[in-house]
Amino acid sequence: MILKINGRSYDVDIQPDMPVLWVLRDVLGLTGTKFGCGIAQCGACTIHVDGRAVRSCVLPAGGVGDAAITTIEAIGATPEGAKVQKAWLDREVVQCGYCQSGQIMSATALLVQTPKPTDPDIDAAMAGNICRCGTYVRIRAAIHEAAGA
Amino acid sequence: MTVHRRDLLRMAGLGAGGLVLGFTWPGLVPRRARAGDADVVGPAPTAFIRIGATGPVMLIMPDTECGQGIWTSAAMLIAEELEVGLDQVSLIPAPPDAKLYASPALGEQATGGSTSIIGDWTRLREAGARARIMLVQAAANQWQVAPASCRAAAGVVHHDASGRSTPYAQLADAAGALPVPGKVALKPQSAWTLIGTVQKRLDTPSKVNGSAVFGIDVQIPGMKIGTVAACPVLGGRLAGIDEAAARAVPGVRDVVRLDNAVAVIGDHFWAAKQGLQAANPRWDEGPNAQVNSAGLVAALAAATQHPGAVARDSGDAPGKIAGAATKLEAVYELPFLSHAPMEPINTTLHIRPDGADLWVGTQVPVRAQDAVAKEAGLKPEQVVVHNHMMGGAFGRRLDVDSIEQAAAIARTLAYPVKLIWTREEDITHDLFRPYYYDRMAAGLDADGRILGWTHRTGGSSVMARWLPAGMQGQLDPDAVEGATQTPYDLPAMKVEYVRHESPGVTTAWWRGVGPTHNVFVVEGFMDECAAAAGKDPIEYRRALLQKNPRALAVLNLAAEKSGWGEKLPAGVGRGVSVQYAFSSFLAHVLEVEVTPRGEIRLRRATVAIDCGQRVNPDTITAQIEGGLIFGLSMALYSDITHENGRVQQSNFNNYRMLRIDQAPRIEVHQIDSHEDPGGIGETGTAAASAALANAIYAATGKRLRRLPFGNGALQSS
Amino acid sequence: MSEQVKVLCFFLSRKKSLSSGRCAGPSFLKKRSKKLLLVVCVALFGGVAHATDGKYLARMADCAACHMGSDGTLSGGRAFKTPFGTIYATNITPDAEHGVGGYTDDEWVRALQQGVARGGKHLYPAMPYANYTLMTREDALAIKAYVMTLPASAAAPPANQMRFPFNIRWLMVFWNWLYNPDHRLAPDSTHDAAWNRGAYLAEALGHCQQCHTPRNFLQGPKKLQAYAGAVQQGWMAYNITSDAQTGIGAWSQADLATYLSSGHADGHGPASGPMAEAVSYSLRYLTGEDAQALAAYLKTIPARQTTPLPPPVHVAEDDLGARIYEGACASCHRLDGTGTETPYAALAGDQTAMDPAGINLVRMLMTGGAVTSGQGSFAMPGFARGYTDAEIAAVANYTIEHIGQRVGRVTPGAVAKLRSEVPAAPGGAGT
Ligand code: FES
Ligand code: FES
Repeated sequence: MILKINGRSYDVDIQPDMPVLWVLRDVLGLTGTKFGCGIAQCGACTIHVDGRAVRSCVLPAGGVGDAAITTIEAIGATPEGAKVQKAWLDREVVQCGYCQSGQIMSATALLVQTPKPTDPDIDAAMAGNICRCGTYVRIRAAIHEAAGA
Repeated sequence: MTVHRRDLLRMAGLGAGGLVLGFTWPGLVPRRARAGDADVVGPAPTAFIRIGATGPVMLIMPDTECGQGIWTSAAMLIAEELEVGLDQVSLIPAPPDAKLYASPALGEQATGGSTSIIGDWTRLREAGARARIMLVQAAANQWQVAPASCRAAAGVVHHDASGRSTPYAQLADAAGALPVPGKVALKPQSAWTLIGTVQKRLDTPSKVNGSAVFGIDVQIPGMKIGTVAACPVLGGRLAGIDEAAARAVPGVRDVVRLDNAVAVIGDHFWAAKQGLQAANPRWDEGPNAQVNSAGLVAALAAATQHPGAVARDSGDAPGKIAGAATKLEAVYELPFLSHAPMEPINTTLHIRPDGADLWVGTQVPVRAQDAVAKEAGLKPEQVVVHNHMMGGAFGRRLDVDSIEQAAAIARTLAYPVKLIWTREEDITHDLFRPYYYDRMAAGLDADGRILGWTHRTGGSSVMARWLPAGMQGQLDPDAVEGATQTPYDLPAMKVEYVRHESPGVTTAWWRGVGPTHNVFVVEGFMDECAAAAGKDPIEYRRALLQKNPRALAVLNLAAEKSGWGEKLPAGVGRGVSVQYAFSSFLAHVLEVEVTPRGEIRLRRATVAIDCGQRVNPDTITAQIEGGLIFGLSMALYSDITHENGRVQQSNFNNYRMLRIDQAPRIEVHQIDSHEDPGGIGETGTAAASAALANAIYAATGKRLRRLPFGNGALQSS
Repeated sequence: MSEQVKVLCFFLSRKKSLSSGRCAGPSFLKKRSKKLLLVVCVALFGGVAHATDGKYLARMADCAACHMGSDGTLSGGRAFKTPFGTIYATNITPDAEHGVGGYTDDEWVRALQQGVARGGKHLYPAMPYANYTLMTREDALAIKAYVMTLPASAAAPPANQMRFPFNIRWLMVFWNWLYNPDHRLAPDSTHDAAWNRGAYLAEALGHCQQCHTPRNFLQGPKKLQAYAGAVQQGWMAYNITSDAQTGIGAWSQADLATYLSSGHADGHGPASGPMAEAVSYSLRYLTGEDAQALAAYLKTIPARQTTPLPPPVHVAEDDLGARIYEGACASCHRLDGTGTETPYAALAGDQTAMDPAGINLVRMLMTGGAVTSGQGSFAMPGFARGYTDAEIAAVANYTIEHIGQRVGRVTPGAVAKLRSEVPAAPGGAGT
């Protein structure tokens, strides 16, 4: 099966029902995408599929087809991704950091879709991403900052 | 600056060349002193700094980075005295070595209890100062000038008079040969350039681009990946599995049976997980198969009807209450809690006949090393621990049960194996924060003043299991922390502890430990006293804080900044709590709305904190924000219950977390204090639930005494 | 002693020769490879040959739906609440004492066709013998042969708890007289072979009516409302007559075949609850031909209208419901219900999201569910333990309004009632 990830094509020998998360982490060694719950409740595994934020833990690899997958490792190459990463550092959002790959992927997808999000926009787009360390206040501020930059 | 995690291996033998700074921590007794090893018995040398001929200055971090920013603050303490910039250092986790890296506050190599800065405050600055003095001395020797005529700045020693300068790297060898200074003078506060300033965290760049390597991200050549199911009932055994079915799953390599668990190992986690499902393990549930929450709580409630170990008894409180004009009694309850750090439990191990490597994120590297050594039949020094960044710990990684289990599995395998627990396994096989059952009583005089106050708390003792030496007879000092010493001046107090262990549940440290339990109880009951006295909750507390100026100051600051006393819309209320915990003073005012259908909405939190001397003020704010959200999430939702011996919660669908759309605005106001530093990692968590209970009371008139609150406690059906 | 055990004790005292001649008893069967047991039947309908091996037939008859036990064998134990009491699925593994190991062919056929268990005990019609009676003897015995190859389990299901007079089993004679036709399905020459095959799959094996046809007060099917939809075990089995509004009249045969064999079809939402189980245990094994045949047959069921859904309206969004949806639901179903993570996450067109009473929706929200098809297993976790009645009602109503475009009428009280009836899944099971 061919998967397009971060601008490259990977030929992977896997069962089609294997979630993309494990293809990324365990087959390709792209460990920036995290495992948190496996049931689409935490957002740690968020990637982009054709620019949309998707939970890779429940996304069967066989269902991706030739859509373009982007992960945290490459999101900095997009203008919005770079802005979000910079704002994350400027605002010192990160604590343990484990959820932050997913947070950044969700935030970037939000900014692509809604360049100037309001607080309710942010809440709606980010509510699927749990941060156990409780960085929510700063995530909100950083998204506003990234939107303004 | 870069954080090198794997450099530790290359650093084997810290004494080989360059400057390796040793110094003596008075009073520290090494945990593992070997007979015949005379020079390590008694106070031990410690090594925090390594300067080589090339490369950055390496700082060895005695505390583990669980996300609270300790590495940056610890580096600031060393760098302040060493005179290096934070952009010139590289941070390395300390290897397991209790002699060198034991926490002065905890007595062993562990990170917890919000003690890191308290323990590091002097030892790390002194380490930096000693190294700087030696480097300056080396330069002075080279230049044949007086050390006092030299100065160090940004990793370079300068002799201004002659215009000469030499970087540390070129002085390291010579410095390493000099004697280590004894007592050193530390910089006065006025000369600080780092301490107390806002510094960017050093570990974050790798955490925003996916390159940070957490324990779960480790990749070792030849490694396979496994997942585990242990008996869902504590004390039960594995009765049977369909091994052939598991092995038939594509990608499955091995099936390992333990007495009470089964592991399936595959090429990747997905194969392992599918294999485990196919294995369909069956259990012999053992003696705890009938355990259920109602029974556990009833037994605990009954146990607290009897007197316990006395933690404090001053001024005949029961007698005062008996004779008081108004008597108040209440029972407060706190549930079992799971830690649920975002990074599920995982361990990577390679056990060979002659040694082992352990890759893990742990708060207790020495215990981890010992656990593997014991399971593998090796000596501790044959086990190399590669400690990693942790995707949250919150006390969970102070235990090594999962590492023991991993070692029992890995010792049967010839290859390195990464064992990852599913979230379901993580929550159902956590070690839980104890259930606490607290009986409170107070007597008030005609003016509503407290005459006597009694507090009897009952629950499992974590201390007795984790550190038996920490017990004071029958008294677990953690269980009453925040109860025996409240910030208040109370004329008569009696505090007791009833130890009661519930069958089928193992308990563990949980973020905020004793204070997270007792601040809720004490501050909730204090509010009840204020209400009974007909007094404003802040006024009432002020009167009791006249002898405690630091507590009074944070209370006044929080009251002022929160707009306490301003009129609020219907359904909205403000609650306050004050605490002295982890050597820090904190006051918290929380504003909540309770909707007509009983939904609790968090509007705004105002916190004032005096944690003594601040190291990195932005980290303090971040920790209060995060700690508060962690505590509010707990106060609203967290509840571990048992039925038929099994934990009823399993993942974030039923062990619910606060989400961004529920997060209140949070303002943190810091007192500019120069007292000794206090802890902040757990302070916010401890402050969350009492202010919430009190705010709900203000909004609705309903007094909630049993956590959590968001599971329908206010629901009007 | 449980009723089942009594029945078996009674029976064990008898020995009866096997009538079929193909099988020499369970011990023999256990030793034989499955291949030997394939029963090649003469095609009954229109001369078309069909896969009629026992395994396939057993799957199509969906024995596992009711009899799958917690140990992974067909050891029964699952409780079925009826207005007359609770019935527990029996052990149909080859275990001689607690299972069906001692059944002769005749006894087996009698149980399937007449609802009379070994020893003369009348079965309750939770067992769909009123459908199985339409099955040929050859197929019934092929199923038996297959069941006998499966692992035995000595698990004894709990005794039924029926209220008087329903605990008097011989009264079932009258029920059978009323509702059990006891005849085999005759081919209908006015339809083609595929249709006839579909009819056999739906009526004799698949017992679709068991759920989809409303029952009268005696739990007999209401003939005039065949397939018009009914609430069964707390789930709404939808109207699957050809009514364009309330049934499947607007579905194409191809969509229907896809839905039946995979548990979802674009624009129609996923199967949930017992239908998801029917897919996971049974329908996903449908051959392509049989899926089409079944769909073709169902498409000809005369239209019967049930209460039509109210027309779509736009209603003010509920902010509590919206917030819960954003946090816990949108990750799979997306904010607009178009769900992309898996095809099963698409809610658009899903009747479950359009039912103002939210019967199946609330069930799903509370207990979750899973469907397994050729594309893998897809699960939704249950939220009962993490969320209050008011919150579940709010998110249900939000979903009905936002995705289904109808006015949701789910009350916290209704959620509370369900909560008391349906135990939440225990932790640790994985979801
Ligand atoms: S791991 Fe995918 S959402 Fe939690
Ligand atoms: S930063 Fe730790 S979970 Fe978000």
